Amino acid sequence: MAFLDSAARSMFLSEIVKGMALTFKYMFKPRMTINYPFEKGPLSPRFRGEHALRRYPNGEERCIACKLCEAVCPALAITIEAEPREDGSRRTTRYDIDMTKCIYCGLCQEACPVDAIVEGPNFEFATETREELYYNKEKLLANGDRWEAALAANLAADAPYR
Amino acid sequence: MADIWNSFWHLAFWQSIAGRGITILAEVLVVIVVLLIFVAYATYFERKVLALAQLRRGPNVIGPFGLLQPFADGLKLMVKETIIPAGANRVLFLMAPMLTFTLALVGWAVVPFYEGGAVANINVGILYLFAISSLGVYGIIIAGWASNSKYSFLGGLRSAAQMVSYEVSIGFVIVAVLLTVGSLNLTNVVMAQQSWWQWLLLSPMLVVFFISGLAETNRPPFDLPEGESELVGGFNTEYSAMTFALFMLGEYANMFMISALTSMLFLGGWLPPFGWDIAFLKWGPLPALLFIIKICAVMFVFLWVRATLPRFRYDQLMRLGWKVFLPFSLFWVMVIAGVLLATGTLPNPQ
Repeated sequence: MAFLDSAARSMFLSEIVKGMALTFKYMFKPRMTINYPFEKGPLSPRFRGEHALRRYPNGEERCIACKLCEAVCPALAITIEAEPREDGSRRTTRYDIDMTKCIYCGLCQEACPVDAIVEGPNFEFATETREELYYNKEKLLANGDRWEAALAANLAADAPYR
Repeated sequence: MADIWNSFWHLAFWQSIAGRGITILAEVLVVIVVLLIFVAYATYFERKVLALAQLRRGPNVIGPFGLLQPFADGLKLMVKETIIPAGANRVLFLMAPMLTFTLALVGWAVVPFYEGGAVANINVGILYLFAISSLGVYGIIIAGWASNSKYSFLGGLRSAAQMVSYEVSIGFVIVAVLLTVGSLNLTNVVMAQQSWWQWLLLSPMLVVFFISGLAETNRPPFDLPEGESELVGGFNTEYSAMTFALFMLGEYANMFMISALTSMLFLGGWLPPFGWDIAFLKWGPLPALLFIIKICAVMFVFLWVRATLPRFRYDQLMRLGWKVFLPFSLFWVMVIAGVLLATGTLPNPQ
């Protein structure tokens, strides 16, 4: 009987028909994928995306050129040069991040004592040339201005766990 | 207006050789253009069906619902460079895709879209189709050999063995249908409305024919000649741009051909389904439309199978072809012949 049973199964393609019925059923299920460029998935407040240099609310840049981020950076992507400004405060004259070297480990933002360098929620900064990925201080500050609302919200959301 | 139209078509010119040549050329052009549009949209349809089965979205960016995607793909393939490998036989390398594509198109000459509505309504239509689909293997094996690449060569060999094996059982399926119909003319095959018990008798052959058709067109689950997981791309590994596009167009045109054959041999072609006598389905272009709908339905099953089944192993493929389908179809031809003889329903008895 077992032989007859298996013979009948294969003769009438019952397993294949069952499988086909299953795929047919799946065609009417809701789709699992999101319509990416038009809708986006949720991001954690700890998401480590494109870097930004933040400012204080009065417009003064936060970075005090302590070079902790440069020291901690495992990929040696950060280059900082600094000298005292006219008002005597210590500021960077040059703050470069080579985004092609960066491994997005987030150690720079952990090392920063003044929350100046942060990794923001932006991950769509692909460029057409390599050169555009060598970020300088100007670009990083512009990023900070552009993403400040999101950056502040993320820092606040993550603050209780730090 | 109608008078002018009628007198235009009744001009003696249309009976002359030149006039008939022009009409035939026009028919050929219409069939090919419609076929190529369907082939282009088959790629879109396939991607959408696979996406639906896998809970994805499929192409949806170019044009509304991604409907212009086939044209974007075509443009891309047209603009890209045709790379000819250094060790390849240039002439054969370029000839193979043209051969595949041409053979995929010429079969449509005998396919009737309504009663007698084929470009060439010949009396051996079904034999002609069988011969053309057998020739199709040459394009692939020439491509495999001329590429001078191991992967292509293995793909070509697999394809040749596979297509030859499954043509045998396709042959017996066609014999079974011809036994009940008694004519090789495709219009007669469709018009011989089989009674329900004859259809029941033939229905196992429908399954055998369709599965063999999958193997014949190198479609999943029998896509070993392409076998991207072991052969990179099989016989078309070395092809790029338009030469590759011709292979793709040929493959899809062949799928349509198998779908058309299935609907002509088993699903009643342009006739209304289940032998219903619906007067309104005989009006104007509706029979042809019905035929096209049937073709597309079979085409959907092609894609549905691809969405469901994993690829066969090569020995399983050969076992299925030679040790299951061949004996079964041979046996079933005997059964059909016996039943027809016993019930006295054999056509053209001597």
